[in-house]
Amino acid sequence: MTSAFDEMTGDGSGGVRDSYRALASWLELAPPDLLQARSRQAELFFRRMGVTFAVYGDAESSERLIPFDVVPRIIDMEEWAHLERGLSQRVTAINAFLRDIYGPQECLRAGVVPAELILTNPQYRPEMQGHRPPGDVWCHIAGIDLVRTGEDGFYVLEDNVRTPSGVSYMLENREMMMRLFPDLFAEHRVRPVDGYIDSLLTSLQDTAPERAGDDPTIVVLTPGPFNSAYYEHSFLADKLGVELVEGGDLFVDDDTVFMRTTEGPKRVDVIYRRIDDDYLDPLTFRPDSTVGVPGLMAAYHAGRVTLANAVGTGVADDKAVYTYMPEIIRFFTGEDALLKNVPTWRCREPEALKTVLERLDELVVKEVSGSGGYGMLVGPAATKAEIADFRARLTANPNDFVAQPTLGLSTAPTLDGGELCSRHVDLRPFVLTGPAESRVTPGGLTRVALKPGSLVVNSSQGGGTKDTWVLDV
Amino acid sequence: MRIRIDHTTRYDYARAARSIIQVLRLTPRSCEGQQVRDWRIETDVDTRLRRSEDAFGNIVHTLYTERPTNILTIRVSGEVSTVDTGGVVRGQTEKLSELVYLRETPLTRADAALNAYAHAIGDGRTLDRLHALMAAIHRDVAFQVGATSAAHSAAEAFTQRRGVCQDHAQIFISCARRLGVPARYVSGHLSRLDGLYEQEAAHAWAEAYVEGLGWVGFDPANGISPTEHYVRVAIGLDALGASPIRGTSYGGGDEHLSVALHVRPVQQQRQQQHQTRAGGL
Repeated sequence: MTSAFDEMTGDGSGGVRDSYRALASWLELAPPDLLQARSRQAELFFRRMGVTFAVYGDAESSERLIPFDVVPRIIDMEEWAHLERGLSQRVTAINAFLRDIYGPQECLRAGVVPAELILTNPQYRPEMQGHRPPGDVWCHIAGIDLVRTGEDGFYVLEDNVRTPSGVSYMLENREMMMRLFPDLFAEHRVRPVDGYIDSLLTSLQDTAPERAGDDPTIVVLTPGPFNSAYYEHSFLADKLGVELVEGGDLFVDDDTVFMRTTEGPKRVDVIYRRIDDDYLDPLTFRPDSTVGVPGLMAAYHAGRVTLANAVGTGVADDKAVYTYMPEIIRFFTGEDALLKNVPTWRCREPEALKTVLERLDELVVKEVSGSGGYGMLVGPAATKAEIADFRARLTANPNDFVAQPTLGLSTAPTLDGGELCSRHVDLRPFVLTGPAESRVTPGGLTRVALKPGSLVVNSSQGGGTKDTWVLDV
Repeated sequence: MRIRIDHTTRYDYARAARSIIQVLRLTPRSCEGQQVRDWRIETDVDTRLRRSEDAFGNIVHTLYTERPTNILTIRVSGEVSTVDTGGVVRGQTEKLSELVYLRETPLTRADAALNAYAHAIGDGRTLDRLHALMAAIHRDVAFQVGATSAAHSAAEAFTQRRGVCQDHAQIFISCARRLGVPARYVSGHLSRLDGLYEQEAAHAWAEAYVEGLGWVGFDPANGISPTEHYVRVAIGLDALGASPIRGTSYGGGDEHLSVALHVRPVQQQRQQQHQTRAGGL
């Protein structure tokens, strides 16, 4: 892990990389206590604003701050141009894939992806077969997790196309940095990220049902204050200038969704929902859901409301389906994937399973339906007991797992106890899709593993975040 | 034969419900084995019924009440002409690949005991194995009203070896899928041979997909494949997916449900009269 590519110094042989030159000299000249002082200031601001993140299973406190690191992560113009093209290609393909899966299923007939893997996948929703969402957009909002292993070595680690979170941190981190380090912004031409909100609003408006007219009513649907991302839900509703609602604020009558307001029922045209498929409508999915809207699927099937993202998108970010993404991209765009996949063993295949079981101590094993760093084994960091436990689970249900080599994630300078240290980072850019095109906000959320040597960047596992700068020169 | 069905479902609410929304899968479709004649759904209060078709091919009505309601009665009635197809379902548009019916659901997930039970079925042709599975369930799982509720899973019912037709069907489905055979749940009606026309609940059985033959019905509660006495109404991955009614009320408080079901064969005389008249023209 010591030889990992560093965002600031590259492989260590050529000094500071061009994109980091200004930052590096600034850091050198900065008074020793400045960074720590700014760091404390940032924490204070975030705490006052109430930017929190609830962690499941954390008995200590239901809400806590995600640690924020004040040293920005920098991406130069050329790197970004490559990432942007690759991300937009990938999300275009994902939308085409979903359209096909819930439509003619040509990619299954052509053998691009095994039919059984899709049709028996828990995230495939048979209820959606034959359904066309308004604007034919399935994945309005995507967060694609990228990691870097070298100068040109960007890989897609995971696609998140259900209800990806983190964008509020991308926006808040930028605001915080501009407040704390105006001088640094004067020295860099950093591409703004606040276009995200307008772009999101446009995607939601443009995919409204036809009868909504020019001024559709949009809401953000949250499971409520106990959800880990509730802060983000309320943040987004506020920025979009739309209502934040819970299931109980909505009802369906005559295949139309209404919101209860003090002036009486108001028709709702677009729902940016942050509730999983399973909980959306107790009359179609889980009958015990108390956070959904009874009859929502009837309105949806009647084409009278837009759900963003569409129901059933999870089949595209399943970790077993991920392994077929290069073929999916080729099939639907006619091009080779611009962004590489991490080589992955499909444990459902007996040969692959054998290899994985032999090398458990060096691989990362993931549950195909898991997310947020839960249900995952990082071989090199695991105890003997953990490995034995995973061996048993893998052998019992090989279909549920995939495995990847432990990647040497790139590092970036990060403040730890007043010192600048190297910590591993990843990057989650956000891609928005409307009827015409996919757009990528420059940058994204950089997540950083705060423990020395750790490769797990998930905020639910103690990771922090950084502002991400895409340079415009 | 011709079967007449009168099926009344009544909901009594503790308080007047401001509004009620229900999803109904109460309307059979015609296929080779059954011809649906004059089927109707009526309610005793003003409601709007929106008809649609779900991805499984079921006819679905979404019901919305128009004013506060204390009692809601849904009456379904109609006649279906049936012929015996040896349990094979034909002439039904299949909208989903049969592979979809290999999916496990919370109600049909096999635990270790069900998995072992399924694999104790001997080798052989798929059709023979399915018949063996049906016979085994018919033999091993006692029919007993009240031992299970609609929320019980196949595994739970199997543990106590008791249940009603829903449980028998879900146990069959769970095991068939474990044997790699697509299987699904059917809700419907059975015109009983013993002349018991008043029934307490609708019937349910299973269908499994046999390569080369298509979907074949199995009624493990009775240990036979469906005959001309059966009327298919809705299909789903499990009992929940094929439920005749799923609904909710706003402000109604506790609800009390009662069902009156009358299924009986219709004498063929009218048809003959009709023919005579037609002949006279």
